Amino acid sequence: MNSPKLMLLHPGDNVLVCTAQIAAGERLAIGGAELDAAQDIGEGHKLARGPIASGEKILKYGVPIGSATRAIAPGEWVHMHNMKSDYIPTHDRQTVTGAEA
Amino acid sequence: MIEGYLRSDGRKGIRNVVAVAYLVECAHHVARRIVDKADDPDVHLIGFPGCFPNAYAAKVMRAIATHPNVGGMVLVSLGCESFDREALSAAVAASGRPVELLVIQQEGGTAATIERGLAAVERVRAAAAQTPRAPLPLEELVVATICGGSDGTSGITANPAVGRAFDRLVTEGATCIFEETGELIGCETIMAERAITPELGRELEACVAKAERYYTIMGFGSFAPGNAEGGLTTLEEKSMGAYSKSGSSPISGIVKPGDVPPAGGLYLLDVVPDGEPRFGFPNISDNAEIVELIACGAHLTVFTTGRGSVVGSAISPVIKVCANPDTARRLAADMDINAGRVLEGAATLDEVGEEIYEAVLATAAGRRTTSEELGHREFILTYKAFDPIGPACLPASAGRRA
Repeated sequence: MNSPKLMLLHPGDNVLVCTAQIAAGERLAIGGAELDAAQDIGEGHKLARGPIASGEKILKYGVPIGSATRAIAPGEWVHMHNMKSDYIPTHDRQTVTGAEA
Repeated sequence: MIEGYLRSDGRKGIRNVVAVAYLVECAHHVARRIVDKADDPDVHLIGFPGCFPNAYAAKVMRAIATHPNVGGMVLVSLGCESFDREALSAAVAASGRPVELLVIQQEGGTAATIERGLAAVERVRAAAAQTPRAPLPLEELVVATICGGSDGTSGITANPAVGRAFDRLVTEGATCIFEETGELIGCETIMAERAITPELGRELEACVAKAERYYTIMGFGSFAPGNAEGGLTTLEEKSMGAYSKSGSSPISGIVKPGDVPPAGGLYLLDVVPDGEPRFGFPNISDNAEIVELIACGAHLTVFTTGRGSVVGSAISPVIKVCANPDTARRLAADMDINAGRVLEGAATLDEVGEEIYEAVLATAAGRRTTSEELGHREFILTYKAFDPIGPACLPASAGRRA
């Protein structure tokens, strides 16, 4: 069982979607395991359902949505710092200004 | 029953708008003052800013000026720009609509043109008010969908709920259009399987491949920083959420801006230009896509948002469906439907889909949407280049519109 705040969209997925804000240290149930959230994770963001190896596909809705750029631990926030697009790279507001994010 | 406005060409509108169109940026101020002074929620400002000619812009402007929601036109030209004002004026007149053309350099400048423009609006509005009404069956209704300001909730709540409403509308004979091939990157294979012919399936894959190449050359995908702040990490992740707006009906065809689908069914609007990129990004903001959907005959647009877009549109009403429950509370006064309730267990996707379906019918029957009430009348049209659609894009099995 997963915590009520964690939504599994497809049985084959390796990420869960947060349906409400999660605070660092909050106790989370993922499958049979329990762990403490390592950081704040916002509503609509993703966290790892299990260990994900660097280079492994990130699966959501049962399909690949990109690849891990480093190893990701269970319960860890999955976002631009540890995964990337397999199509067109994601940009931010500093991409064209050159400023530090 | 929807009582439509019956136009001379047999098409029926759900609004009776008088549009004032500037045909170059140099005429924008004059046109805007005419609309401001008319101070009527059914007098809308539209226009094209460029001085250079563009076949796409001419086609879209003509499609909008003869859209079933439009009862008449006032055209405002500076006088020296490239836009073929006479051809546009003749096309509107040939459609049976009242039209007046004002050329600032001939009218005597800013103040004189504003004064004459206001009088022109009065005459066109009076003529449009005589438009007969006639029942508009669902088979003649064209409904579009778009997402803007998406976040990690969009693909879980609002978008699949729109998909359910689309499934019902298509089953009942309506024409539904989804779009933005740049936000279908990654979905091409599963989408192609829904095509009514294998040849159309290959065209669907080809237009997504075109989008990927085009956006790669532009250097940026159709992905905004707010998408990432809301939990979306990659373009293909955003695509999967956006794709669910299309529901599960078979895909009957592909259209390009200004093409009206020939019969009921589900259609993809290919918004990415053909050939080598010439004029920049395919759609510089959401309203550029809404304008293209309207040019394809959309009577109204269902707009889903997670971060909270506030836009509406000129010509065709926009229904706002909010995906994110927090946004739905913060921007409650801008939204029509709160699909975020799905995340809180307060509603099911089927229930929200039903609500969207009912809102589509009520809006078509004349009820003003929230963005209409707030006065949102955004419009943007810029430069693009398209080849005509290929023969496999509208398989004959889709039938023909009467």
